[in-house]
Amino acid sequence: MKSMALYGRRRRSSAITMGLSVGATAFGAFWLVVILATLLWNGVGGLSLSVFTSMTPPPGSAGGLANAIVGSVILTIMGVAIGTPVGILAGTYMAEYGRYSPLTPVIRFVNDILLSAPSIVVGLFIYEIVVVPMGHFSAWAGGIALAMLVIPVVVRTTEDMLLLVPNTLREATAALGAPRWRMIASVAYRAARSGIITGVLLAIARITGETAPLLFTALSNQFWSLNPNAPMANLPVTIFQFALSPYAEWQQLAWTGALIITFAVLTLNVVARFLSNIGTSK
Amino acid sequence: MTDAALQVPVAPRVSPPTGNSKIEIPGTPKMEIKDLRFYYGDSLALKGISLPLADRKVTAFIGPSGCGKSTLLRVLNRMYDLYPRQRAEGQVMLDGENLLDPGQDLNLLRAKVGMVFQKPTPFPMTIFDNIAFGIQLYERVSRGELADRVEAALTKAALWGEVKDKLGANGLSLSGGQQQRLCIARTIAAKPEVVLLDEPCSALDPISTSKIEELIDELKAEYTIVIVTHNMQQAARVSDYTAFMYLGELIEFDVTDKIFTAPGDRRTQDYITGRFG
Amino acid sequence: MTEAALQSMGGTRVGEAGRENALRRFTIGDAIFRNATLIAALGVLVLLGGVILSLVIGSLPALRTFGFGFLTNQSWNPVTEKFGAVPAIYGTIVTSVIAMVIGIPVSLGIAIFLTELCPHALRRPIGTAIELLAGIPSIIYGIWGLFVFAPFLQATIQPWLIAAFADVPGFNLLFAGPPYGIGVFTAGLILAIMVLPFITAVSRDVFVTVPPVVKEAAYGLGCTTWEVVRKVVLPYTRVGVIGGVMLGLGRALGETMAVTFVIGNAHRIAPSLLAPGTTISATIANEFNEASGDLYTSSLISLGLILFVITFFVLAAARLMLMRLEKKAGK
Repeated sequence: MKSMALYGRRRRSSAITMGLSVGATAFGAFWLVVILATLLWNGVGGLSLSVFTSMTPPPGSAGGLANAIVGSVILTIMGVAIGTPVGILAGTYMAEYGRYSPLTPVIRFVNDILLSAPSIVVGLFIYEIVVVPMGHFSAWAGGIALAMLVIPVVVRTTEDMLLLVPNTLREATAALGAPRWRMIASVAYRAARSGIITGVLLAIARITGETAPLLFTALSNQFWSLNPNAPMANLPVTIFQFALSPYAEWQQLAWTGALIITFAVLTLNVVARFLSNIGTSK
Repeated sequence: MTDAALQVPVAPRVSPPTGNSKIEIPGTPKMEIKDLRFYYGDSLALKGISLPLADRKVTAFIGPSGCGKSTLLRVLNRMYDLYPRQRAEGQVMLDGENLLDPGQDLNLLRAKVGMVFQKPTPFPMTIFDNIAFGIQLYERVSRGELADRVEAALTKAALWGEVKDKLGANGLSLSGGQQQRLCIARTIAAKPEVVLLDEPCSALDPISTSKIEELIDELKAEYTIVIVTHNMQQAARVSDYTAFMYLGELIEFDVTDKIFTAPGDRRTQDYITGRFG
Repeated sequence: MTEAALQSMGGTRVGEAGRENALRRFTIGDAIFRNATLIAALGVLVLLGGVILSLVIGSLPALRTFGFGFLTNQSWNPVTEKFGAVPAIYGTIVTSVIAMVIGIPVSLGIAIFLTELCPHALRRPIGTAIELLAGIPSIIYGIWGLFVFAPFLQATIQPWLIAAFADVPGFNLLFAGPPYGIGVFTAGLILAIMVLPFITAVSRDVFVTVPPVVKEAAYGLGCTTWEVVRKVVLPYTRVGVIGGVMLGLGRALGETMAVTFVIGNAHRIAPSLLAPGTTISATIANEFNEASGDLYTSSLISLGLILFVITFFVLAAARLMLMRLEKKAGK
């Protein structure tokens, strides 16, 4: 009888803890749903064509987010254009030329730290080395700051994807007398292509919506400006300013902007996931 | 020496009949391995191998797992150079030059000495591009000539009929046997002088295997072929000379017929009769 | 046409001159490419070094003025130019601790659910849903926190907490009113939600590395699911889980926008968790562009340096633990 009582207790504690784990999952999923729902609820109301066509308004009047959206797109393109080549080249070194070098584990370690480092520190760094010498905020500074966030992501995925390419493929290329760079360019990259693209998409998703690094680099711009030497309007900083303001129109635009950003990020994530599934199921 | 002109291989003269002996075959051998020692890190895997590889004949390396036959094969095109902590000492002469020399250009060597691997390795490209890749590495050919060369290589590899309508398809879409013939076509398209085959049929079904064995028989008219195989019957069918290896040493080297009908060494006999494997 | 090609295949070998040109191209190409990749790889190291260097240089004026006092002074006064880092550091650590205290059990719970209980067909969608939490930008958490979550807490949870602990000695100081809605506690809660996906993802990854035979042996003895988790899975994956936790901690420490919106931005240390406070990143985000004077700016950069040092150590520890795990798995 004593053993049955003990067993009963064990079963109960297992049931309780397993129930808690279900509860934990529900808890996590719950917040996701709540956040997305409130985002939709508050943001959709402000969604209209004018959001994409009118500029950010002065306080108290109606307007849109056109310059902020365009500015964000430009800054993202800059960040990706600068960061992706550097990231792919570095990842290539780590997986190919430097695979057996003692330097590579060190680089991997440092890269992982940069990957998770506070992005506001990146903003401070770029402020010191770009904004201060230039004397003013600029889109260049913002683009470079975003590039610094892109690089660790692309390095990591490029190295991982290249390491997955089987060595027999490399040997087969070498057996034809092909030099290392031909092997990498024509065979390894092609084999790892979808994985590397996925990495770039994830990097884009990461920098979309990053506010802190732009606060002291690109700042923002109420007006329409495509000048890379001047502060450039962008969605995240605009949302930051508008949300914390007391003006109803601004707050509405902040919600709508938040909805747009979240939608873009989630779409990128889904596409990246889809691509990587195609790659692995081949 | 009219013996070389005949298709029949002549038994090698071995003097003296012990360990590190110098084996001679009629004619000038295409490649000659002289006292080759190979190390994985600090451990000695090949213990002083010496043997000739006859020009435009098929030489087979046989032996139980771990005897070093693949290791030996991979020295012939210095494939081990891709990895750290692997090194070779001794001499391997190709047309009179030692390819183990540090000054040897590896890409040039591998253009002359091609290799086909155990697992088929089509590149992630179209069938056409797979073949064109090797050609275009070293030669500038016009588009028309490229198409001809690709067709010629695929024909030689007995694959043309099966793929001529789908040259734009991905190389990975072929069956295992076809992929391996694609790899062979790719290798010979680059006009090597020696072709190394590392257990080329072990991943294939019997029909594909026999197709490839026929292929080897045709190819040896133009190329020196070295094949590693764990299938003794295949070695007997396909090769002119056979080297039996065991635990990193060359135990016996002779004309294939003699190895399989009247081997000189007891260990060769035991292996061939299935006493151990 | 093919006859001619066949002839040429068997006949001539490739011209020596053609080969020489090709080889020369190869050597040059390899040299260029190798150096380009090496420079890019070294660039990663240079970036880290650059960040540290520029933060140190930027902090020098403040550190020279205040010395170690910077780390002990509680006041933050731009007018008198007396800056102390304590409130910001305190806020950073407390919000992160709250995030960990809530986040770790919940994350482990989710990981356990996904690896032990969840029906296989649902594993991927639910796992993806949790990972989407990581994709939501932090500014979204910020405005949601400010406009939705904080008012909710102010109206419901916070008054309840204040009332519940009113008579408990010690705790009544921790949960003292008034219910602002925003504050250190709210920031901690939002951080908990934000770090959930990171700890869950790493825990899940290490949980599946437990060899099924070991778990089956435990089940075979009649262990309940909870016992298998507690006695087999968790001890086996302990190092990896800690690594994941440290990763989550690193994120929480550096989180900026979500915290800036809801923490209240008050440079003081109050005993109550429900009071407003500040963190390092929130301070920098709020004040950097308005900072006048070199000392002010330098103090903010010093805060950034402190934050970077803290997160560096936490992330390095996480990396080392996860590296040990990979070595054990024989990668």
